[in-house]
Amino acid sequence: MNTFTNKLLGGKQGAIGLAVLAAIILVVLPLGLDPFRIGMVGKYLTYAFVAVSLVMLWGYGGILSLGQGIFFGLGGYCMAMFLKLEASDPISTKIQTTPGIPDFMDWNQITALPMMWQPFHSFTLTLLAVVLVPTLFAYIIGFAMFKRRVGGVYFAIITQAIALILSILIVGQQGYTGGVNGITDLRTLLGWDIRTDHAKYILYYINAFLLIAVILVSRYILSSKFGMLLLAMRDKEERVRFSGYDVSNFKIFIFCFAALISALGGAMFTLQVGFMSPSFIGIVPSIEMVIFAAVGGRMSLIGAVYGALLVNYGKSVFSETYPELWLYLMGGLFIAVVMFFPNGLAGIYTDLMKKFQSRKAKPLPAKVEVEAVAVVVEKTESEPIITSEPAGAKA
Amino acid sequence: MFGYSMADIGNILVMQGFSGLSLFSVLLLMALGLAIIFGQMGVINMAHGEFMTIGAYTTVFLSKLAVKYDIVNYYFVFAIVAAFIIAFAIGYLVEFVLIRHLYKRPLDTLLATWGLSLVMQQIFRSTFGAKEVSAELPQWLLGAFQPTPDIEIPINGVFVMGLAAVVTFGVFLFMFRSRWGLNVRATVQNRVMAGAVGINTKKVDRVTFALGCGIAGVAGAAFTTIASTGPTTGSLYIVDSFMVVVFGGAASLMGTIASAFGIAQAQSILQFFMTSSMGKVSTLLVIVIILMMKPEGLFAAKVRK
Repeated sequence: MNTFTNKLLGGKQGAIGLAVLAAIILVVLPLGLDPFRIGMVGKYLTYAFVAVSLVMLWGYGGILSLGQGIFFGLGGYCMAMFLKLEASDPISTKIQTTPGIPDFMDWNQITALPMMWQPFHSFTLTLLAVVLVPTLFAYIIGFAMFKRRVGGVYFAIITQAIALILSILIVGQQGYTGGVNGITDLRTLLGWDIRTDHAKYILYYINAFLLIAVILVSRYILSSKFGMLLLAMRDKEERVRFSGYDVSNFKIFIFCFAALISALGGAMFTLQVGFMSPSFIGIVPSIEMVIFAAVGGRMSLIGAVYGALLVNYGKSVFSETYPELWLYLMGGLFIAVVMFFPNGLAGIYTDLMKKFQSRKAKPLPAKVEVEAVAVVVEKTESEPIITSEPAGAKA
Repeated sequence: MFGYSMADIGNILVMQGFSGLSLFSVLLLMALGLAIIFGQMGVINMAHGEFMTIGAYTTVFLSKLAVKYDIVNYYFVFAIVAAFIIAFAIGYLVEFVLIRHLYKRPLDTLLATWGLSLVMQQIFRSTFGAKEVSAELPQWLLGAFQPTPDIEIPINGVFVMGLAAVVTFGVFLFMFRSRWGLNVRATVQNRVMAGAVGINTKKVDRVTFALGCGIAGVAGAAFTTIASTGPTTGSLYIVDSFMVVVFGGAASLMGTIASAFGIAQAQSILQFFMTSSMGKVSTLLVIVIILMMKPEGLFAAKVRK
């Protein structure tokens, strides 16, 4: 293997992990699940983008953002605005007082399409917006904060406040944003019906490939010199600064990159689920997104994907059957992961592998250990295959 | 201006200013506890709002008992004490079980206490029901006081303000005039040295954390006089209280008071002229922008780093 692919795949160990993940999300899940469930898994995989972004930002960068929902939401809203404009053509909205504008604007007595919405008539501009709006927003926040050396706890609290501001703003400006319901009733993408089963599979594959691409790019970044600096910065920021590096620029870059990935997830979410609402932007969803990364392992890009799948699957199952239990479980998960498994599932897996390998080196291989590893592997990888069907998960 | 006469504006300012003062009192009580825990120990307690809710539910529960035994006029003082003691005890326990393992990882305390707050919210919901409940208030807390025909000042608001003043003074005495406060400050400044001169720093941490939680309990008791209590009441105030603490400068008592005052007044006056959500948005936005320029907060302790 030459250095480039080596960096991309993260060595032999990394290549195997990635291959397993790819096999699961590209082959096993699509073959084993019906269209409804594939839609659900697709939704979970869009959260995996955010989880991966948090591994980069929090695990490697040491920057805990409690506002990743902002970027997920911004990406999602940009996509939703385009789809909504497409869905509200003059013919299908002819019963409105002003045909040709989204229905919620009509209900809120807005008679002309606001300036903010104009660019979203064009698909190219929309794609640009999905990428640029969240990145620019992250740049502004990052520039203002990291240049002033705001970090750690203060950064977390401020991003939390920004998430709160944005969600209140979106809920409050009903006429422009659809308020608390968000932008709903999205039907077609460039004339292609996104609600059919066929479309679900295609979107799922686009989503899965995009996720793998994101993981590859993230790996490349981490294995480059920048990745080294990122780790060094996390552990001894002052020392990196005194070595002549501009720490703030690195932080801004990684924050923007994380925002960009999250936004991609948001845009894919809108496409697959067919709506976007402020309930993905506020404080609660943003903190839940951190737990996806924490459960999977804050230092593992692949683990983050499993974390997102597992936690969301658990949420779907438990919040349907035992709604009270879910909050206990979620709370317990936060506490347990932080206290006992700071490296999440990936950490447990590596620990077991180490134990297994050290046993294997000895003359007598312990059969029990082998089984334990097999159980863990099965647990992390086969759980997302849904066995019971939560009724409300269509949303 | 905005179609109001000067006299109207005057009255609006007085009344909104007063409702701002009630908000200020609750925020201050919440933030005092947080400022002690965050400013002195560097722990972010996301479950602080739930400790406030514990205080509120304690008061509600005692008020039910008071109605039963017909002592509604006297119970409230005991309720405040009980709210403090219960929240203090639970805080003590939480520090022992959870927080003390995480002192070196402030960001992780944030996640763990968030988990704790989820669990506590669900416990409240299972025990007291999802519906909001309110305490039976004693007669002397009801009614309003009318200096001019256009201005009405509710007595419960005055009471909450008085309580906030007493608690703030108490915290001041505790932190700056008592042996315990001295130990706390010594531990914060140099843990190793404090330990070396014979201060039991672990005990100091535990009492400090529990004290912060106890004050949140008092905030909850005060809260019942102005609003009803539900399982998620605490989480409504948590971001605001954090903003108060950070905005004021984490370790400064004066800063906490000043920023609670500023934030509460800005919110309550802006909410009158704009919609309630836009008032909140603009207040938070201004704070965020100021914090970006002055990351240490308004009244940062001047220390060399």
